[in-house]
Amino acid sequence: MSPLLEVEDLRVTFDTEDGPVHAVDGISYAVDTGQTLGIVGESGSGKSVTSLTTMGLTRASNTRIQGRIMWDGEDLIAASGREMRRIRGNEIAMIFQDPLSSLHPFYKVGWQLVEAMVSHRDISKAAARAEAVKLLEMVGIPDPDRRVNQYPHEFSGGMRQRVMIAMALANQPKLLIADEPTTALDVTVQAQILALLDDLQRRLGMAIIIITHDLGVIAETADEIAVMYAGRIVEHASTDRIFGSPQHPYTWGLLRSIPRLDTTRDEELVPIAGRPPSLIHRPSGCFFHPRCPYVREAHERIDPELESVPDEPGHEVACLLDPETRAAIWRGLQSGQSPTSLRQLAGESEEGLPTTVPQRLAREARE
Amino acid sequence: MTALRDNLVEVRDLTKHFPITQGIIVQRQIGAVKAVDGISFDVKRGETLGLVGETGCGKSTTARLLVRLLHPTSGTVLFDGEDISSRKRATLKSLHRQAQMVFQDPYSSLNPRKTVGSIIAEPYAIHGLYKGEGERKQRVQELMDRVGLNPEHYNRYPHEFSGGQRQRIGVARAIALEPKLLIADEPVSALDVSIQAQVLNLLKRLQREMGLTLVFISHDLSVVRHMCDRVAVMYLGKIVELASSDALYTYPRHPYTGALLSAVPVPDPTGGKRERAILTGDVPSPANPPRACRFHTRCLKAQELCRTEEPLIENKGGDTEAACHFPLTEEEVSEQLPGRSSARADASAGYSSSSTYSDSRASSSPLLLQSLISRKSER
Repeated sequence: MSPLLEVEDLRVTFDTEDGPVHAVDGISYAVDTGQTLGIVGESGSGKSVTSLTTMGLTRASNTRIQGRIMWDGEDLIAASGREMRRIRGNEIAMIFQDPLSSLHPFYKVGWQLVEAMVSHRDISKAAARAEAVKLLEMVGIPDPDRRVNQYPHEFSGGMRQRVMIAMALANQPKLLIADEPTTALDVTVQAQILALLDDLQRRLGMAIIIITHDLGVIAETADEIAVMYAGRIVEHASTDRIFGSPQHPYTWGLLRSIPRLDTTRDEELVPIAGRPPSLIHRPSGCFFHPRCPYVREAHERIDPELESVPDEPGHEVACLLDPETRAAIWRGLQSGQSPTSLRQLAGESEEGLPTTVPQRLAREARE
Repeated sequence: MTALRDNLVEVRDLTKHFPITQGIIVQRQIGAVKAVDGISFDVKRGETLGLVGETGCGKSTTARLLVRLLHPTSGTVLFDGEDISSRKRATLKSLHRQAQMVFQDPYSSLNPRKTVGSIIAEPYAIHGLYKGEGERKQRVQELMDRVGLNPEHYNRYPHEFSGGQRQRIGVARAIALEPKLLIADEPVSALDVSIQAQVLNLLKRLQREMGLTLVFISHDLSVVRHMCDRVAVMYLGKIVELASSDALYTYPRHPYTGALLSAVPVPDPTGGKRERAILTGDVPSPANPPRACRFHTRCLKAQELCRTEEPLIENKGGDTEAACHFPLTEEEVSEQLPGRSSARADASAGYSSSSTYSDSRASSSPLLLQSLISRKSER
């Protein structure tokens, strides 16, 4: 049986005055009913553009979209605007980061919920209204009979996000895309929202794609994780594997650069040097090579493909280092060694390093 | 020479109420937002004090009161032994030479029409230092080098820099006068994950090199734990718990601190299932805070006493101070955050602490935690 949603070699390019922006560059993934896929990456890694494209929200005269997004036997890229309007908010729903700007400030919350239902279903306004109250109750809003008649500004941030979730669930979608659903919220409210999503998924059996930059959030919600960097998936595996035996230097960098509550306090943070690349002028070879501590000369020229990790079914990584080296480096990192001291594991001698590396190391030392 | 006081800053019963007014021509006050409502704490010389809490708990207001960007409603702030809370505006210049601030948003806190060089040199212009042009430029370029910016970028404008670099510009400006106190208000919240560590490491290095005293404000509990020696937890304008980082994160006494810690998602899928203490509801309005204990409306342990009598902040063993009638017990702490407490137990048992895959599973065992607690009580 084919999966619920299957993205194949998706490419999204925006033409701008400065040149084409390669926002998403050949990514593939699949999500199944009842499953949660996490997409993690920094700003500009293409994680939001991917999901917006799935919803048909990036269509514009300056956008070029290639590849296939298979949904229920149908390619969403080729679907007509009318067809997309039928699917969007009905079969696939989305919640966004900022619940205040995603709700219309002029209309009562109930009206907005009713609209979501009436535009997709053959349902009377009165019935939709009764259902709106039930939805608010389901997402844990106290006193839903009264709240349904209130305006968005009368709700707190967490309550607004609950309203957004209620609206997304109004037509019982098969897939819910949550783009940074808790980033704007406080940690106690974040815990409430994540628990709610988990509970709803179990009750309604929908698939969830959760997009975030927070590794903690993703560890607690996702079954499977795709790590994105500069418009590509650089590592893709089950959550346990991503955290247990990560393979890509960027994933290591992310895991080692965040302070966490479950390690000792004086553990040194190891930042990833430099910053994410421009998507207009992308680096040659491996996109991560200008920031990678284990770069070799060849990495400047060869563009790695997403390949399976030996002995780990379902684990894919796009890295030019060989698997034994990667395993050795990750062991070293875990025992507290610094990336600089592990550099020689990537190759015998300092020869064969790209010419830019000595300069870069000098700069990093200064930083 | 007078002996140096231990505390660089001493705050006593500090309050800040923002009036809520009604009417357009004749305004009358109908209430007040009690942003900060009677807090006392000290900042020791050379330490990093963390302020944590949810949106609206008054942590940023506190920061602004410390450097007198806001005038307190009542209470005192002693900076280096001197009361600054009642000083006239015109006499604040000498204070601002010694206490500087780094702001959250590196985009709006830098003037887009000025070059980086003149932004960093502005404190010198205000205080009339390094008047010679060559001298000032040299000094600014030294600062840029110190915070990891390329000194050749002296004449560039803020928009030419990334978020992380802009935050470095903000830090360079703040340390230009070599202040004694640096207040960092959410300095990394607006930055990408991979960049945050760069700025955190920079702040730590500068503190070491310059002997800075740091007040670090954040809503991110992991970042605060990493940066701070002591932490004050705020809720609705009050400090509910104040303790050393080690004590606070291993054995929180206030139920609010426990709930905050328990809510932080841990980037380790095998980290053991814990009984999350998920708080229900939202933070009440600071304009109309609950009576008695302000946390009783959301507290899992609230009893009648909490609704009638306000708990005072007092010592609860060790160096932990908390304002609670019924502080958390050891069992409750171990239920709510097992993996976390044992990470500390690992460390105190002398293990190297990289929480590896198998380690973290083993370390969730209550035995380690028990050993930690018993060691604690022996002390």
